[in-house]
Amino acid sequence: MSNRPKTIFEKIWDAHVVKRAEGYPDALFIDRHFIHEVTSPQAFDGLRKRNLPVFNIQRTTATADHNVPTKDQHLPIKEALSRHQVETLRKNCAEFGVELYDLGHPYQGIVHIIGPELGLTLPGMTIVCGDSHTSTHGAFGNIAFGIGTSEVEQVLATQCILQYKPKTMRIEINGQLGKGVVSKDIILYIISKISASGATGYFVEYAGDTIRNLSLEARMTICNMSIEMGARGGLIAPDETTFTYIKGRKFAPIGAAFDEAVATWKKLATDEGAKYDVVLTFDAADIAPMITYGTNPGMGIKVTDRIPTPAELKEISAQASFTKSLEYMALQPGAPLLGKPIDYVFIGSCTNARIEDLRLVAGMVKGKKKAEGVEVWVIPGSRQVEAQARQEGLDKIFEQAGFELRSPGCSACLGMNEDKVPPGKYCISTSNRNFEGRQGPKSRTFLASPLSAAAAAITGKVTDVRELM
Amino acid sequence: MKEKFTTLVSTGVPLPIENIDTDQIIPARFLKATTREGFGDNLFRDWRYDSAQNPMADFALNQSRYSGKILVAGKNFGCGSSREHAAWAIYDYGFRVVVSSFFADIFKNNALNNGLLPVVVSDSYLRSLLETLEREPNTSITVNLQDQKIKFNDREEWFEINAYKKTCLTNGYDDIDYLLSLRNEIKEYDLSHA
Repeated sequence: MSNRPKTIFEKIWDAHVVKRAEGYPDALFIDRHFIHEVTSPQAFDGLRKRNLPVFNIQRTTATADHNVPTKDQHLPIKEALSRHQVETLRKNCAEFGVELYDLGHPYQGIVHIIGPELGLTLPGMTIVCGDSHTSTHGAFGNIAFGIGTSEVEQVLATQCILQYKPKTMRIEINGQLGKGVVSKDIILYIISKISASGATGYFVEYAGDTIRNLSLEARMTICNMSIEMGARGGLIAPDETTFTYIKGRKFAPIGAAFDEAVATWKKLATDEGAKYDVVLTFDAADIAPMITYGTNPGMGIKVTDRIPTPAELKEISAQASFTKSLEYMALQPGAPLLGKPIDYVFIGSCTNARIEDLRLVAGMVKGKKKAEGVEVWVIPGSRQVEAQARQEGLDKIFEQAGFELRSPGCSACLGMNEDKVPPGKYCISTSNRNFEGRQGPKSRTFLASPLSAAAAAITGKVTDVRELM
Repeated sequence: MKEKFTTLVSTGVPLPIENIDTDQIIPARFLKATTREGFGDNLFRDWRYDSAQNPMADFALNQSRYSGKILVAGKNFGCGSSREHAAWAIYDYGFRVVVSSFFADIFKNNALNNGLLPVVVSDSYLRSLLETLEREPNTSITVNLQDQKIKFNDREEWFEINAYKKTCLTNGYDDIDYLLSLRNEIKEYDLSHA
């Protein structure tokens, strides 16, 4: 091995290559494989057809999240196809011996929330899941990325995946964040600057003192949305914040093993002089509370800005898609978003359904009431988050505000379960995608931070959260 | 073994929209099947049918003038969710090639793993192909995987595909066949990194 300086990404990647052969992609060993009900059934079928077991059940963890109702979870799922998919997961996990955190289990929740909170997600690992938001786990300093079902089958069968090494991008953010600006605003700002395809083909490392000063949960929100700019994944080198977060978690190493692990993790940081294919730098002072107005996450503005006009776009070829997008949203080019009435508020998803997100929301709405006619759903990311919220009395604050604290699941992030935003309605959402129909057929989504969503719940319209602080 | 891909000669369907995400290709509410078949019925569901389930006349797939096994779409095709169902739906509908100037990573992998060939062309070539198809829907397009060339009328362009994936498509191989041949090496790695 050469002594050339390496990035954290290269260090982890190179340490996991089982076989590098001329003319083939790298066979990359996978330390942790998370599975859920939607993208795994066909993969288990593949194993059955080939008469193969799961390669290493210790490295595989399952939960049910995408299809699950967030009300009356103790009852059978009403929708037949959703029920069938969850039951298929149950059967597959039982047959192949995979640990399943099923509905009702104290560890059940959104797959990208439970891995970290259980200490299954650790620095230096390779992690995959049949879900594009697997990049969330990168906040611990690991290589985590989403895969398709054929690849889920490969990993179940061989604990490896065939991959070409992506290019690397470093995104550095320095400086102090302004009032009302949280990690969701940072990532929405970056995506608005580099577009929904600006990092396609790259694996991103986030760095700089703004990132260093974020909590581990806030870092997860940033890594989570790496895929929304097309990145293969996004990571943040581990530090004391990371180690403190991991210590004492259910499956994390303990005692001497933990100290030993920390010593190893400390060596993961990018070496001085290591090269990236692209380096981008942003100033935290330029970031304000953000909101999206269009139908991809790159279509974002500062909440106080006006919606762009087609003439202001950099590329003429984008104008038709831009116009189509505004028509879908029923918004006018050049108009302000501030003051736009909203119908729904969704606080949840793998982007923003951790305890810190719920605390932010509770802090904003304590002693206040939601606006008349607005429906507010608060969906905790996991059973553990829900229990913690109740223990801290956040449920009471939500109740007094007229918010509904429900049971964990992906909920209204993707219009796959019972929680859907009705056609034509506007929803301010802490989730990650504003695609057409994402929250239900013909639904209209404004992506924003938990703080901004909470502010909109109180006023009933798109609001500059700083005015309520 | 999958279907082998060599050369395809076909007309194409133009979809001149950028950033088509996999939620448009197949909305989440249609991801509930536990097999790989039948997703073609719901391909571009919410662009193909209105809320009363009537076909929308202005959408390309509903226009009888357009047909063929080649889908031609705006740049950043297949962004968003990693759902392989998107590739299954396009294939199940009958397409074998998607042409665009830029593909999202996960979609590209999923397509290649299912015998669906993503052909990356230049922005100008894409624009010209889309305009030609809209004007002359019967234009024949040739996609030659061996030579890595796409051609319509007198316009020909070379496209990139990595050698390994090309071999897989040409022969109908799966990644899993190669990985299974490494079983012993993987076992050894697993034991030494427990």
